[in-house]
Amino acid sequence: MICSAPAPKLIKQMSIILDIQGLSTVFESKNGPVKAVDDVSITLFRGEQFGLVGESGSGKSATCRSIIQLIPSPPGKIVSGSILFEGHDLLKMSRREIRAFRGAEISMIFQDPMTSLNPVMSIGYQVAESLREHKKISRRNAREEALRLLRLVGVYDPEKRFSDYPHNFSGGMRQRVLIAMALALKPKILLADEPTTALDVTIQDQILKLIASLQKEFDISVILVSHDLGVIAQTCHRIAVMYAGQIVEVGHTIPVFNKPLHPYTQALMQSIPQGVRRTHTISAIKGAPPYLAKPPEGCRFHPRCSYVQDACRNSTYALREIENGHFTACINEGFIQR
Amino acid sequence: MKSVGSSDRILEVRGLSKSFGNKQHLLAYLRGKKRSVLNAVTDVSFWIRRGETLGLVGESGCGKSTLGKCLMRLHEPTAGRIFFQDQDILAFSKNEQQQLYTQMQMIFQDPYSSLNPRMSVFRMLAEAMKVHAICRSKKEMNNRVEELMEKVGLAPRLKHQLPYAFSGGQRQRISIARALSVNPDFIVADEPTSALDVSIQAQILNLLIQLQDEMNLTYLFISHDLSVVRYISHRIAVMYLGQIVELADADTLFSTPLHPYAKALLAAVPLPDPQSKSSTEAIAGDLPHPGDNITGCRFHSRCDAALDICAHADPDMYLPASGHAVRCFLYK
Repeated sequence: MICSAPAPKLIKQMSIILDIQGLSTVFESKNGPVKAVDDVSITLFRGEQFGLVGESGSGKSATCRSIIQLIPSPPGKIVSGSILFEGHDLLKMSRREIRAFRGAEISMIFQDPMTSLNPVMSIGYQVAESLREHKKISRRNAREEALRLLRLVGVYDPEKRFSDYPHNFSGGMRQRVLIAMALALKPKILLADEPTTALDVTIQDQILKLIASLQKEFDISVILVSHDLGVIAQTCHRIAVMYAGQIVEVGHTIPVFNKPLHPYTQALMQSIPQGVRRTHTISAIKGAPPYLAKPPEGCRFHPRCSYVQDACRNSTYALREIENGHFTACINEGFIQR
Repeated sequence: MKSVGSSDRILEVRGLSKSFGNKQHLLAYLRGKKRSVLNAVTDVSFWIRRGETLGLVGESGCGKSTLGKCLMRLHEPTAGRIFFQDQDILAFSKNEQQQLYTQMQMIFQDPYSSLNPRMSVFRMLAEAMKVHAICRSKKEMNNRVEELMEKVGLAPRLKHQLPYAFSGGQRQRISIARALSVNPDFIVADEPTSALDVSIQAQILNLLIQLQDEMNLTYLFISHDLSVVRYISHRIAVMYLGQIVELADADTLFSTPLHPYAKALLAAVPLPDPQSKSSTEAIAGDLPHPGDNITGCRFHSRCDAALDICAHADPDMYLPASGHAVRCFLYK
């Protein structure tokens, strides 16, 4: 049975804003095609903060980039699936339509605030640019709106900083500017790809709190990508865990953390040295993630899994619902019912 | 302060400072302007016991790596003294310095750029042994390389492979093997796991602990990740803008942090447990630039508990009997 992660009861009355079904993205490489995103299905509700967690190379960023079709092509190509946003399939839109869509309905914040801004254009110009690009708006009104946005994201004294260049800003401030740009056109969905990974913890704390408050204020749906389980635990309502291009577990944050239903999620959580001292050895996951041009047969985690059974070596990938809104790709009943 | 001779201290640092002169424009020089100076490390003192791990934690730009490099004399300190096994290593000649590197070694952050891409594992591990004339014969060298590789969890049959053939975690194992090749007593590990995924990070941390127990190694473990530092360290020093602001036993620091910065830092870490919400208020402001002229306590501009005196005077390190040292006027 193949199914996505549909509505848990709590928010069943909430409306679905983005429905991704069976999305697959492939990159050509000299060793053959690499399936970076493999049969990914995500249902995002209005006003929800959804976390996508996994290790590097698990396909989190590729999933996000596939949604707004920023996959460099060639070598990348979205080969199958559908992405429904308010009844429109994004994958069937023309380039022109998707360009108008990007930023206005769905916008994205990237990982590295140091390189995502144009170094030779002033901050104010860059924030106002997206407004002028998408709307018929006078230069003066664009400036007013840009100042309002900069104030909103906590840039101190924006009139003075409007004509400053990115090099005058610290990493945290640049990320605030990027958030202002992403929010300029009042999008309904914000994709945040590791928005705090390049920042220090005290600054990360500021940015995460800013995103959460803006999300509430404007009722935006957020997909937050992170490799940091702490960030995900503290900010997201629901999470999906990715491994080797596939979603292996989806559910509400608290049940997933309390009782993970996939051995990978459990192992990932046990390998964080949180609040423990060296007297209790943390359990590392043996081996390394697979190379996606030649993924293992069956469950992709089976060579590293400590609960592996014979059936795991040739099972087909499918998510199934175990508890209300809590899905796993694991077929080991013994592990799930533990 | 105790005499230098207290034998359980393998390393003692006193009043260490390192400043970098900024590049100056010729015109500014001709106009007689003073060169601006960046104080990366200011007046840092601490010691490490033999067999212990001292964790050094702080945000980017606080001078952790500069401090580590000063200990290895990869940077020449501007002021202060470093005693290693009771010898003042800053007074060492080139030859003595060379000898010193058989006793102290460093592991670097980035396993992708810290290994020579054109040298096989064997050559990398053998190089240090050749330089320090550790092995007498080729056979002995070969045996030792294989032994080192096994010790860090690499298959000896991979010894003629080049670095590109290894993953990040395996490369960091090579770096560790290279550091161990000369049988050192003391290792500076500068963010050895921050380029790795969590599942691989756990492998490397466990390896470092296991090697420490087997070989009675002493570590200075530099990291920005508090939970990693807590896991591996016996004692922890918290750095802020070039100064150590708090130094305590790992458990004590986490249960009762004293310095307002240490408190804020601990509160800012997002806990991987959705039911225990971390801090409610984020600490305001950015780190000042270390090149700025800061008067008073370096943290006072971001501190909620700042007193009047904090803006004018820089506090000293207070060392109560408990050994929990803190650099803050609140505890004077």
